Amino acid sequence: MRNKKNNKVLLEMKDIKIEGFADEKWHKIIKGISLTLSRGQVMGLIGESGAGKSTLGLAAMGFTRPGCKFTGGKVVFDGKNLTDMPENQRREYWGTRITYIAQSAAAAFNPAHQLIHQVIESTVRSKQKNKRDAQNDAVSLFESLQLPNSSEIGNRFPHQVSGGQLQRVMTAMAMSPRPDLIVFDEPTTALDVTTQVEVLAAMREVVKTFNTAAIYITHDLSVVAQMADTIKVLRFGEEIEEAETRKMLKSPKQEYTKTLWSVRSIQKPEIKSKNIILEMSGIDAFYGNFHVLKNVNIKLSYGRTLAIVGESGSGKSTMARVITGLLAPRNGSVKFKDKVLPAKLKNRTKDQLQKIQMIYQMADVAMNPKQTVFDIIGRPASFFTGITGKKLENRVIELLNQIDLDESFIDRYPSELSGGQKQRVCIARALAAKPEVIICDEVTSALDQIVQEGILKLLLRLQNDLNLSYIFITHDIATVKAISDEVVVMNEGEVVEQGLKSKIFSPPHPDYTKLLLSSVPEMDPDWLTNLLKKRA
Amino acid sequence: MHPVFLTILKRLGLGVLTLLVVSMVIFSAVEMLPGDFTEAVLGQRATVETVAAFRKELGLDQPAILRYLDWLGSVCTGDLGTSFSGRDASGIDRSRPVTELIAPRLTNTLFLATFTAIIAVPLSLILGLLTALYRNTIFDRSTNITTLTAISFPEFFVAYTLILFLASLFQIFPSLSNVDENTLFFERVYMTALPAITLTLVTVAHMLRMTRAAIINLLASSYIEMATLKGTTKLNIILRHALPNAWAPIATVVAFNLAYMVVGVVVVEVVFVYPGIGQLMVDAVTSRDIPVVQGCALIFACTYIFLNLTADIIGIVTNPRLLHPR
Amino acid sequence: MPKSNITNYSAKIESALVYTRRSRFERFWIELRKAPLTAWIGMITVSLYIFVALFAPFIAPYGEAEVFPVPYDVWSDKHIFGTDQIGRDIYTRLIYGARNTIGIAVATTFLAFLIGGFLGLLATILRGWVDQILSRLVDVLMAIPGLIFSLVLLSVFGSTITSLIIIIGTLESTRIFRLTRSVGLNVVVMEFVEAAQLRGESLRWIITKEILPNIVPPLAAEFGLRFCFIFLLISSLSFLGVGIQPPTADWGSMVRENASLIQFAKFDIFVAITPLLPAASIAILTVAVNFIVDWFLHTSSGLKDEK
Repeated sequence: MRNKKNNKVLLEMKDIKIEGFADEKWHKIIKGISLTLSRGQVMGLIGESGAGKSTLGLAAMGFTRPGCKFTGGKVVFDGKNLTDMPENQRREYWGTRITYIAQSAAAAFNPAHQLIHQVIESTVRSKQKNKRDAQNDAVSLFESLQLPNSSEIGNRFPHQVSGGQLQRVMTAMAMSPRPDLIVFDEPTTALDVTTQVEVLAAMREVVKTFNTAAIYITHDLSVVAQMADTIKVLRFGEEIEEAETRKMLKSPKQEYTKTLWSVRSIQKPEIKSKNIILEMSGIDAFYGNFHVLKNVNIKLSYGRTLAIVGESGSGKSTMARVITGLLAPRNGSVKFKDKVLPAKLKNRTKDQLQKIQMIYQMADVAMNPKQTVFDIIGRPASFFTGITGKKLENRVIELLNQIDLDESFIDRYPSELSGGQKQRVCIARALAAKPEVIICDEVTSALDQIVQEGILKLLLRLQNDLNLSYIFITHDIATVKAISDEVVVMNEGEVVEQGLKSKIFSPPHPDYTKLLLSSVPEMDPDWLTNLLKKRA
Repeated sequence: MHPVFLTILKRLGLGVLTLLVVSMVIFSAVEMLPGDFTEAVLGQRATVETVAAFRKELGLDQPAILRYLDWLGSVCTGDLGTSFSGRDASGIDRSRPVTELIAPRLTNTLFLATFTAIIAVPLSLILGLLTALYRNTIFDRSTNITTLTAISFPEFFVAYTLILFLASLFQIFPSLSNVDENTLFFERVYMTALPAITLTLVTVAHMLRMTRAAIINLLASSYIEMATLKGTTKLNIILRHALPNAWAPIATVVAFNLAYMVVGVVVVEVVFVYPGIGQLMVDAVTSRDIPVVQGCALIFACTYIFLNLTADIIGIVTNPRLLHPR
Repeated sequence: MPKSNITNYSAKIESALVYTRRSRFERFWIELRKAPLTAWIGMITVSLYIFVALFAPFIAPYGEAEVFPVPYDVWSDKHIFGTDQIGRDIYTRLIYGARNTIGIAVATTFLAFLIGGFLGLLATILRGWVDQILSRLVDVLMAIPGLIFSLVLLSVFGSTITSLIIIIGTLESTRIFRLTRSVGLNVVVMEFVEAAQLRGESLRWIITKEILPNIVPPLAAEFGLRFCFIFLLISSLSFLGVGIQPPTADWGSMVRENASLIQFAKFDIFVAITPLLPAASIAILTVAVNFIVDWFLHTSSGLKDEK
């Protein structure tokens, strides 16, 4: 945390209202939010999708995206009203006194220019430094951001640098003109957890060194806890509450704020079991010549949840493709109830297909947009169990009730459902086949916290009621803790570790598990500080 | 070798291969002719001997593959065969080599096409850029309706409307563009004005719409927003951030429309009786003079393939991912 | 760590947006009322053309090939738009022209969609070498400009209406093939198709129930655009004298036959614009169709710009 705080007000946003144009109508995006930021202060803006946090962050620069406009309020930066002045005057603040860090560094850097030229562009333009000085300064910034080959990396093009490094180069770009304010717009959301730690640490370090004020936008409370002095919670374009970080974490006032980290409140007690329903043994799988799965062995017990956890590219989703028969492995076999399943989908019997069902991450593309809920759920029901007519309709209604939806949903199209409802319908579609094993591939990753909680609770209840076994593929450790009995840790196509949840989450750990687990941000504001100390 | 060269080489190879296959397709046109076409060419009173001699000249006594290779060999050395016209039943052959027929007309067509391109390309790129920058303004919307209307017009409608106003009612330009090799340059420009304006109108509408779409697509990129938020001026955003990434899409748009124009030339030449290769081809189709049709088609196809090839190569050499591999 | 206490949480209220259920017709009507002026002009014009094309014999005052004694007659009560170079009534031929020109273009467009759509779907589903062969074949066909290729083929097969329809239908099917294939490939990788495969559904079910309903809307817009293109192409060929042949009334050849009248503008402006009438008929129809397609593309794809 920062000590040398300077109480002079840097930014004052008063009763900001912003509207956006969509579907031939103006919609209210920000409905009157005020914000005050002192010099050197870091404020976290947190909220779920549709909260308007990005819009508000950009509004701090006096900027709205095309199709949006200010309809009320004013932004006063260092005594000057940004909303009043013509754009060419406002532009003199951008890139020099206020800078911006975007979510996807890969997209935000111009592919046609070397990094160094983009990093120093606004510093040189505003004549703060000449080109040579600015370049030397950028190299020292690269160094303090712990970028490898700091003197050389600037000569590379964006596509030649990895995502985590690019994000740090962008931080250098934002810092190069020594701004008074930096707007961070979800800068680590696209990164894997182990990379996120390095980027977070680097960003915090430079912000602290130069005593820059910042607005840090994210949907992840534990990330913002590491970065911000104060936190403001937004929802549907309105402010829910604002408080000092430690105070907010300890005693949030509003119900909504509490729900933001509610998934962590589910803690399914693990249950040991010896009866194996599904087993992968000695699996080697390839995409072309790329070895995706290397001698993978895992076991799933009756009525239990096996969580498969790993970062992007670890091969965890490929395991689902092998189990379902979409990808035939080169070696090894999948056994269901002690019988070897044919490797290829087309060789499996209807009965075998029925017993293993799948739920996907993106419910949007997992449902045919041209079919109604009745068609989507009814088809597997009639296909596998042969029921038709009135019986089928009753079965669909029964399934809808099981997922906490009523029969009024029966003739809706997917586009008429919310994100959580879509995922529920997908669950009902899997249930309709009366399966014994359900593979859940990142089913909660695309959803907001509160909706995630609802889906996870539903899955747990269904497991109890119907004695289902789950394979739960995820990158999110909190979800693993919430739902699993056993855990498999994957890295680069290999199983790092497998065992009961209690065993995996308590030391001693193999190196990778240790790195992975320690990289998951915690709600504790001192977590990053302590972690860096430990690692050093 | 630098990967850019390798990619270009691959693309060139593909171009040559396409050309080869296209030549096969064009060659096989003769193969599909009905058996009695010799009589149609020579007339019904043709003697058995003249027919036989003609068939021999065409090489119809040899297998198709040999004839193709033979034909391809001659084409590569600039010999496109001999026209069917000018022959008659008596066996007296007044036919002319196809190359001799095509050469002067090709020059005329190239003149018209270049003339049009010089006006149309800069005009539509600038207008396309302006409509993209000021999109959803009245200027943009009216341009949209105008171009949408213009691309729906057949070329001959535009051509005759121009004739009606600029040549018939007010006699500013000649309605016939029958230039010959003795026409002086400025006179030639004056005589070709109406066909060039017609082609320009039709091409600009297409090219403008596509340029606008390409630039809007480009301006929606994340790095352009980043440049804005870095305080870069509008002019610099266009020059420094958009333009270096715009060569490939712009080259594609220009090549596509020039290729389109080359085809539009056929109709326009007929309207203005302009002695170009398009008119020659139409006449040859009417009289079913297959060697001339083949020659013209080959030239059109080559132009088309060449233009697309150029666009692709511009796309390759301006792609930083290929220029600076990992 | 605070305990969550959202006990009365329910899936039904989780969404902030409430969707209202509407029948297909209601949705259509809502879209229709939002249609811009240009789209309305387009729809009314197209309906008018269809009406004229369908009831040509009842509207036309004379027979399609009926010859009157005075060629190139002036506009009069007897011949509203005068007569052509051999004394046929221009007004009558314009009306029959609607039937012939539009009819042939529609038939050709259908043929192109039949061939292109079928093969495109085939390539999407079978992939592998079928896709490779078809795609390469289409690449070659598309390497020759359409008008030029049709000229070559027409010179070989002659300009009958049947060969016209077959040649142009086949050549244009290449574009439909590409579109169907690319749209189809986008749909095939969707997880709902995978879900159907995992269920063990038959190929027929997957094609008709999962893929087809999702590729029809983009193809419908393409139908409008392709129709315009084919319509213009056939008109151009007829204008060049290698398309629809006399005595069949057709707008393209009518322009060519009467083109020389245009030089009399100084003497009789009406006679002079006579050749422009069929040309304008072509232009107005394509403009109208394009207006409809433009609106359709905007409503069905949100912000998607042309091309």
